[in-house]
Amino acid sequence: MNYDLIVIGGGPAGYVGAIRAAQLGKKVACIEKERAGGTCLNWGCIPTKSLLRNAEMYQTMNKRAAEFGFKFDGLSFDWNKIIGRSRDVSDKNAAGIEFLFKKHKIDYIQAEANLEAGGVVKVKFADGKEESHSAPKILVCTGCTARALPNLPFNGKTVISSKEAMILPTQPKSMLIIGAGAIGTEFGYFYNAFGTKVTLVEMLPNALPYEDADVSTVVEKAYQKQGINVLTNTKITKAEATEKGVKLTVSGKKEETLEAEVALVAIGVAPILPTGSLKIELTERGYLKVNDAYETSVPGVYAAGDIIGPPWLAHVASFEAIQAVEGMFVAGHKPKRVTTFPACTYANPQVASVGLTEGEAKQKGIAYKLGKFPFMASGKARAIGELEGFVKILVGEPNGEILGAHIVGPEATEMIAELGLAITLEATYEEIEATIHAHPTLSEAVHEAVGTAFGKAIHI
Amino acid sequence: MPLPIEMPKLSDTMTEGTLVKWQKKVGDKVEMGDVLAEIETDKATMEMEAFDDGTLAEIYVQEGEKVAVGQQIALLALPGDKPGDAAAPRPAAPVKTSAKADSSTVAPPAAPAPVAEVPVPASGAKVKASPLARRIAAARGVDLTRVAGSGPGGRIVQRDVLEAKPGAPAAAPKRPGTPAQPAMGAPAASVQSIPALPAGPNDRTLPLSGMRRVIAERLVASKSTVPHFYLQIEVDAAPLLALRSEINATAEASGRGKITVNDLVIKAVIAALGRVPKVNAAWAGDAIIEYAAINLSVAVAVEDGLVTPVLRDAAGKSLGEISETVKDLATRARTKKLKPEEYQGGTFTLSNLGSYGIESFFAIVNPPQAAILSVGAAVKKPVVNGAGQIVAGQRMTLGLSCDHRVVDGSLGSQFLGELRAFIEKPALMLL
Repeated sequence: MNYDLIVIGGGPAGYVGAIRAAQLGKKVACIEKERAGGTCLNWGCIPTKSLLRNAEMYQTMNKRAAEFGFKFDGLSFDWNKIIGRSRDVSDKNAAGIEFLFKKHKIDYIQAEANLEAGGVVKVKFADGKEESHSAPKILVCTGCTARALPNLPFNGKTVISSKEAMILPTQPKSMLIIGAGAIGTEFGYFYNAFGTKVTLVEMLPNALPYEDADVSTVVEKAYQKQGINVLTNTKITKAEATEKGVKLTVSGKKEETLEAEVALVAIGVAPILPTGSLKIELTERGYLKVNDAYETSVPGVYAAGDIIGPPWLAHVASFEAIQAVEGMFVAGHKPKRVTTFPACTYANPQVASVGLTEGEAKQKGIAYKLGKFPFMASGKARAIGELEGFVKILVGEPNGEILGAHIVGPEATEMIAELGLAITLEATYEEIEATIHAHPTLSEAVHEAVGTAFGKAIHI
Repeated sequence: MPLPIEMPKLSDTMTEGTLVKWQKKVGDKVEMGDVLAEIETDKATMEMEAFDDGTLAEIYVQEGEKVAVGQQIALLALPGDKPGDAAAPRPAAPVKTSAKADSSTVAPPAAPAPVAEVPVPASGAKVKASPLARRIAAARGVDLTRVAGSGPGGRIVQRDVLEAKPGAPAAAPKRPGTPAQPAMGAPAASVQSIPALPAGPNDRTLPLSGMRRVIAERLVASKSTVPHFYLQIEVDAAPLLALRSEINATAEASGRGKITVNDLVIKAVIAALGRVPKVNAAWAGDAIIEYAAINLSVAVAVEDGLVTPVLRDAAGKSLGEISETVKDLATRARTKKLKPEEYQGGTFTLSNLGSYGIESFFAIVNPPQAAILSVGAAVKKPVVNGAGQIVAGQRMTLGLSCDHRVVDGSLGSQFLGELRAFIEKPALMLL
C-alpha cells in the first residue's frame, strides 16, 4: 500500500511520530516487530516504575513500620504477584497505544520491516506472509537493545539484561549489578528492598556518574545505609559464568572476587539498525547519522529516538520524532534538536536533573552562584518522613539565568519539571523567587534553594 | 565521555572572543594547564588553558573566527574515552558557525543599519521577550523594540539579544573594585539612532573589534552621563627638558635606558596628586571616594584603539622605576599581552599626544575616575619674560577634563598649579 509516512518501530519515538503525522492529516503506517510501546512501555520505564512502587511500599513497611506506628505479624510478599502487577501495567499501556493507533486511523502492522531503496518497506509477518509498502517519507525508530559485557554474554538465566531482570521467575539470593547508571541503580534498589544481597559495580568514580557529584554522594551513602554494597572506581578484570551463578574478579580499592546467583549487566545500549538492502550512513559510534532535520544520508528516510544516539531517553525520543514529523509536513517548520532535557532515576532517594552540573559549569568556566536547600529543613519532607537529599540550583552570573538544577530526595522526578520550564522560558532566579510556592510542599525547596544563593532563604 | 570546550569568559565585559591561534591541533595530547589557544577579548589577547588531560578531538572554530562566550569551540577526548562508551553524555551546546556570531554585518557606532531593518513596533507595543533576554538587554543597553525574536511566536530570547548591537548603555560598565556609575538615562540613544549613510560599492564596512565596542560604550557613557568641564594651563617646559638631557647624558654613559618627557610629566603628576588628593577620586553615586593609592592610568595607542595600563601605587616610585614600568606596560599593551589587573583599577588618567605634535587638547574623562590630564607637545614659542622682553621659550600646554560632580573649578586649578610648580621647578620633586 502507499502511505504518506511509514514509521518503523512503535516505541516512544515511533508511535508518537505516527500519531503526530496522523494529526496533520497524513496517511500513516507504523510497523512494529514485537509490541507497540517499545522498550519504554514494555521493558523499561513503565514496568520498572511499577516494581519500584512495590519496593518502596515494602521497604517502608519492612524497615520503618515502628517509626510510623504500624505492627505486622509475619509481613511477607508474593514475588509472582509483584512481577505480575508490573506486566499487567505494561499490557494495559501497550493496549492503550493500539487504541490510539485505531483512533488516529494509523495502520498498525505487526511484522518485521526491511528497508529497501525507493521508499519501499518489505514486511514479513510471523506466519511467513510478506507484503510490500511504500511512502515518500520513512521514519526509522528502531531503538536500542542492552549491550553485553565482552567475555560475559547474556544467557537469560545467570547473566541477564534489564529485560530479564524485571521478570525473573524467582527472586535471587544474591545479585551483581554491573554499571551504576540509572538502570543499575534502580534494579539495585528494587532487589535489595526485597532482601537480595546486591553489589553494584561501577567503573567510573561515582554511582550515577553523569549526575552532579554531590547528588551521587547522597545516593551512594543512602544505598550503603540500605545495605547495598556500592563499589565505585572499580574495573572488572575477569568475568565468568559458573554452575552456581557468576564470578567476577574486580579491581577497585582492592582486588576481590565477587560471586552471586545472577549478574545484571547494565553498561549501556547498542543500536538496532534497520534491516533490508538500503544502506544508510552511520555515525562513528554506529548510530544512524542524521542532519538537523533528522534526515539520514538517504533523502526521504528520517530517524529519531535511541537509534540516532544518546541520550537514550523516552522523552527525548518523543520530542525528536515530533520535530522530525513536523519538519516533514508543516510548511516552514524548522525542526529543533534536543538541547536541554531532564534526566531522572526513580529509586529511593529519587534523582532528577536538568542543565549543567556544577562540575560542567566549572569546566566550561561559566560564572555561577550556588543555591542549595536540604530536605532536612523542609516541613513537608519532615511530615512525610523523607529527609534525605537536597535541591541544588546553579544560577548564572551576572544575568541570573538557571544553568542547571539537581534534586535528590523525595519526589525529585516530579519536581524537576518546574526547573526545565524555567530554563526553556529563560526565566531567571527572580521569576522563581517571585512565584509563590504552595505550603507545605516539597517544591518549596526549589524556592528556598534559589533564595540561599542570594541570602534570602527563610528556613535555613 | 569527551568534554566540550567553550569560549571562556576572560573578563567581566567580555561577550565574545576571537580565536587568534590554536596552540594545539587535532590529535595532540593535552595536559591540564597546557595552553590550548590564544583568545582575543575586548581588552587583550589571553591564553586559554586546558582544565583536563586528554586529546584534542575536534576543533570547531578556526583561527580568526569570532564567537560568543559559551559557544563550543573544541572537543577534548578524555583518557578513558572510546567509541561506544556506555554512558549517556549530555548533548553539547549547539555549535554555531562563525557567521552567526560574526559582527561583520554590524555598522559603525552611529549606524545600527542591520538593526534598523527590524520593524519597529508602534510605541507602547508590548515586546515579547524572555526574562533573561530583558536582563541582558538592560545591562547592555539594547533596545528590545529593535530586536527580532527567534523564540516561539517571535519571542526575543537570550541569543537574539547577544547577537544584537548595543545601543547606548544605560550606565558605564562596572569595573572590579570600583563602584558602579548610577544610571542617568541615556540621552545618547537618540544620537545613536541617527543612521549613517548606507555604504556604497567603494566604501568599506569595518566590523567592530571587541575593543572598539568597549571604547564606544564607555566613552558614550562618559560623555553623556559625566558633566565635563575643562581647564587649560601653559607651563615652561625648559627646566624639565634640561633635566631630561642631563639625566640621559649620564644614562647613556652608564648604559641605562633613556628617560622620556612623558616619564618626567608622570613623575610630576604623581607629585601633584600627592598634594591635591581630592582629584585622585571617583563619583560613587551617593558619595565621593578619595583614593589613598595613586594608580595612574597611562593612555597607550594600540593598533585598533587604545588601552590604559595602570602604573600601580605610583607614589614613591623613582623616575627609573616609572620609566621602566611604563615602557613595559606600553609594549605589552601593543602586543595585547596585558593581564586584566594591569589595566583595571586606575584612579587618574594621563593622555599625551605630544609626540604627534598636538599642542593642546581635552580628553574625555575615563569613568569612574574624576579627571584626565591631556598633555601637549613641548614647543618653542615667543614668551614675554618677567622683564617684559620677548624671548624664545619652551612651552607645554596641559588640559584637565574634570567630572564636575567631584572636581570643581578651583580644585582643578589648584591641581594644575601644583603640577606647573613641579614641571617648572623639577627639583621640588626630590622633596
